[in-house]
Amino acid sequence: MKIEKIKTQILIIGGGTAGCYAALTIAENSDAKTLICEKAHIKRSGCLAAGVNALNAYIVEGRTPQDYVEYVKKDADGIVREDLLLTMSERLNKVTERLEQLGLVILKDEKGKYVTRGNRNLKINGENIKPILAQAVENLPNVSILNRVNIIDYAVENNRINGAFGIGIENNTFYIIEADAVIIATGGAAGLYKPNNPGFSRHKMWYPPFNTGAGYAMGIRAGAEMTTFEMRFIALRCKDTIAPTGTLAQGVGAKQINSLGDVYETKYGITTSERVYGTVNENLEGRGPCYLKTEGITHEQDESLIKAYLNMAPSQTLKWIESGKNPSQQNVEIEGTEPYIVGGHTASGYWVDTNRATTIKGLFAAGDVAGGCPQKYVTGALAEGEIAALSAVDFIKNHKAQSIDKEKIDKQKSEIKKFIGENNSNFTIEQLEEAMQTVMDSYAGGIKTNYRFNEKQLDIADYKIKQIYQLTDRLHADDFQELMYIYELRERLTVCQSVIAHLKARHETRWHSFAENLDYPEKDNKNWKKYVNSRLENGEIKIILRELVKGGTQFEHNN
Amino acid sequence: MSITIDKSKCIGCGKCRTVCPGSLIKKDENGKAFIKYPKDCWGCTSCVKECPVHAVRFYLGADIGGMGSLVHTESMGDILRWVIEKSDGEISKIDINRKESNKY
Ligand SMILES: Cc1cc2nc3c(=O)[nH]c(=O)nc-3n(C[C@H](O)[C@H](O)[C@H](O)COP(=O)(O)OP(=O)(O)OC[C@H]3O[C@@H](n4cnc5c(N)ncnc54)[C@H](O)[C@@H]3O)c2cc1C
Ligand code: SF4
Ligand code: SF4
Repeated sequence: MKIEKIKTQILIIGGGTAGCYAALTIAENSDAKTLICEKAHIKRSGCLAAGVNALNAYIVEGRTPQDYVEYVKKDADGIVREDLLLTMSERLNKVTERLEQLGLVILKDEKGKYVTRGNRNLKINGENIKPILAQAVENLPNVSILNRVNIIDYAVENNRINGAFGIGIENNTFYIIEADAVIIATGGAAGLYKPNNPGFSRHKMWYPPFNTGAGYAMGIRAGAEMTTFEMRFIALRCKDTIAPTGTLAQGVGAKQINSLGDVYETKYGITTSERVYGTVNENLEGRGPCYLKTEGITHEQDESLIKAYLNMAPSQTLKWIESGKNPSQQNVEIEGTEPYIVGGHTASGYWVDTNRATTIKGLFAAGDVAGGCPQKYVTGALAEGEIAALSAVDFIKNHKAQSIDKEKIDKQKSEIKKFIGENNSNFTIEQLEEAMQTVMDSYAGGIKTNYRFNEKQLDIADYKIKQIYQLTDRLHADDFQELMYIYELRERLTVCQSVIAHLKARHETRWHSFAENLDYPEKDNKNWKKYVNSRLENGEIKIILRELVKGGTQFEHNN
Repeated sequence: MSITIDKSKCIGCGKCRTVCPGSLIKKDENGKAFIKYPKDCWGCTSCVKECPVHAVRFYLGADIGGMGSLVHTESMGDILRWVIEKSDGEISKIDINRKESNKY
């Protein structure tokens, strides 16, 4: 094992959507020395790797940022931070223009105006969105990039972050990085629950299986306050390929129908969670499988769909071609995915102030890892990257990191040595990962129980997840890539514990499927128009209930 | 889904290894690429699109209804051509202009 010590002013953890944009913003507004640590390679890492279909968050002509806030608030049934939504919404159009300048193709009409899809979306060719962003970052003078360096923990002293520890998965190096400020942008967490296809295609999931919740887990461990983990995200997707359905629903107006051919979406409502819930229920009541009705669309629509899917989810196009039938000749079967934790779609993540500062001094959060601000999507992640970057630039003017103490470094080192040392484990990493996913599936509202759970089940889940965590102590890694897999497993187990605690804390069912508590099947506006937050104190998750932050106000941490 | 790499075609440029978001592709003792963790593939096709000699192809696993077709891409200026070879030998080609936006 090699050891490398690095000093920088701003450390960005995760060179994805928000992380790349944060780097661009820092370079434009300061000459701060900046380092990005990315577990893969910034050219094609994270959510954007395959390409995206549309820009889902944009303020179209005649609408205001406040309209976007209202839309999201309604979809999330009130449990949002309006201050975060508004500051994000105000930046959506500016970051969109920037993306276009960088080379993203956005559809325009003859007058040169963006063509919109519905009230909030723009049509693009999003296949190369990540290479475009990455190239812009690679050209920046004061920004260095360490690809294939996976960050495994923060260095926090008295609630102040001084840097982080990482492992180089291809150069067997242990990194000690000191930084005056840190931006966490590691995305959300996939792989907590047993996926739709747990066999050979276990990673054919919606959210990137390589976003393992590192940012959440490091925050939880360091005692950061976290919010709304109980609002899980379950995507409604094309069966098997787990390809997005929005293009079919909004693009060609395909309706959700059951096997009798009846349109059922109107019966349950069309918020994100209601669309999933309706599908689950139709199946439970014997009217499955469910479909998006594409039969009868035009030949031209067929061609456009086949191309559109190649730009974001090529497996779906392959599925159509292998079956020898176009979407106009067969409806597309749909299913719900396993639950994910993802702050860019729902509201889970760090509890941040309006400037995206977390409760740990010097640590800022952006994108799917940051909570309170659902439906941010690509442009919202960019906007938050910008806000967090500006806050970090401001912060380092008056704050310098302390050097990371030797005891902390030695502790990390000896842990790594233990994992790569002698192999005396009777379990493999893969086995424990599967065990975790089975527990979450069976006892914490996975696919198996139609996303439903009760308190007794959650208690069992909690007990078993803690047990599995203990077993990770004896795992063995053959190389640094496997070492990363051990840390990823631990991250997931840490996030699972918080998810379970949050699901247990909210005594109501506000969002069907996302948090369907059978002990409390009704919504309770009188008692639960509140945030469920949590913080780790002396090894125990402490639940903190907070009143909603009112619209039109700024929110500051007061501890 | 997953990918397969034709070692006889691979020239060892390393591009597919670089872009994989899961770091799943490694090189063998001859510098040729191979997928070390086929079950961990997300199916993003980043590696497929990078390969200059069309050695990387993707397929759908049988557990998600795959029927054995192999897909690669060919890059020609603004055109990205997707080539689908079905197991019965039938070949389909779909051209995408990178300068054109999705219609939907
Ligand atoms: C398949 C898919 C399709 C989507 N389609 C659309 C769409 O059409 N339109 C739209 O507007 N939105 C879409 N979204 C949503 C949008 O892409 C995301 O909300 C947004 O990109 C999230 O940005 P992020 O920076 O938080 O995460 P990411 O872009 O995923 O960045 C996280 C980065 O952190 C890295 N990382 C993780 N852990 C570590 C660690 N421990 N150390 C170092 N690096 C680490 C990852 O490799 C990754 O590069 C889609 C999302 C997905 C998953
Ligand atoms: S398709 Fe994507 S995840 Fe799979 S090997 Fe290629 S680059 Fe990696
Ligand atoms: S991109 Fe193609 S040629 Fe280059 S290493 Fe990969 S398989 Fe070989």
